[in-house]
Amino acid sequence: MATSTTTNMTRMELTRLKQRLKVARRGHKLLKDKRDELMKQFLDIVRLNKELRVNVEEALMKAHASFTVASALMSPAMLEQALLYPKQSVSLNVRYQNIMSVNVPVFDFKTRSDDPSEIFPYGFAMTSGELDAAVDALSRIFQDMLKLAEVEKTTQLLAEEIEKTRRRVSALEYVMIPNTMEKIRYISMKLEENERGNITRLMKVKDMILKEAHGYQD
Amino acid sequence: MKGCVKSMYKVAVMGDRDSVLGFKALGLDVFIAENKDLAATQIHDLASKKYAVIYITETLAALIPQDIARYKDEPLPAIILIPGKKGSLGISMKNLKSSVERAVGIDIFKD
Repeated sequence: MATSTTTNMTRMELTRLKQRLKVARRGHKLLKDKRDELMKQFLDIVRLNKELRVNVEEALMKAHASFTVASALMSPAMLEQALLYPKQSVSLNVRYQNIMSVNVPVFDFKTRSDDPSEIFPYGFAMTSGELDAAVDALSRIFQDMLKLAEVEKTTQLLAEEIEKTRRRVSALEYVMIPNTMEKIRYISMKLEENERGNITRLMKVKDMILKEAHGYQD
Repeated sequence: MKGCVKSMYKVAVMGDRDSVLGFKALGLDVFIAENKDLAATQIHDLASKKYAVIYITETLAALIPQDIARYKDEPLPAIILIPGKKGSLGISMKNLKSSVERAVGIDIFKD
């Protein structure tokens, strides 16, 4: 191993590495659990996202169709005039929800007035009925569109977090833990080798001393 | 970023005139942009202001993909693609798929 030259071959280093291995294993387990739970949440969200997206796109296309007819029936100036000053206004409350330590936004929208007829900012005399249909359709899908915004953002944020977590899990599993184990093995073998060397030396010395004292020989 | 912190945000819609004018009646802030440079400056401008959700037509979004990608990993704003008057281009579905691929490693929605 390349790094073995820089590693200290001491018992202290060995203890330190063993501790580190323990922490790495624990971290690996925790991150793996986090990844699995995130994945579970993510799959539910993605399914919801897909469903919402299909609904919203379909409804929006209908609204666009009505709007196109309306703009064909009315002059562009009239259309602009009809929509220029909206009576309604929308503001959003943003809260953050914590999904496995990922902060995802939650939107609650507030309209200035609750009267549903307030969405028509124009008099009915000068405008085409198709415009009413278009505006009405839009107002009805707005709730879904907002939900879609929330869900889609959640999907993106979760995807990022899962990717990060997955990388960390792999880094621990395939790099950090095997490297540390390798180092531990190397150091403990080196220490054992030193120990054996020491014993051999002691035996040799004992033989020499015995021989000198008693003329004793095997 | 605690759960109870609340503040007021606005909603913007960007796109070509015919696709987004109708949203004006709902009380959303409508911004008409039909070319790349205007759209790019506008989207950064809106993102730095108090807009939590920016709806943008797919046609316009297709022109400025890297500007939109910049906000992908931020909690706010949420930039959401909507089909313009010409219909869905399937870009948002593709984005969804790429999100799934990013997270799972493979595309699990092949159908």
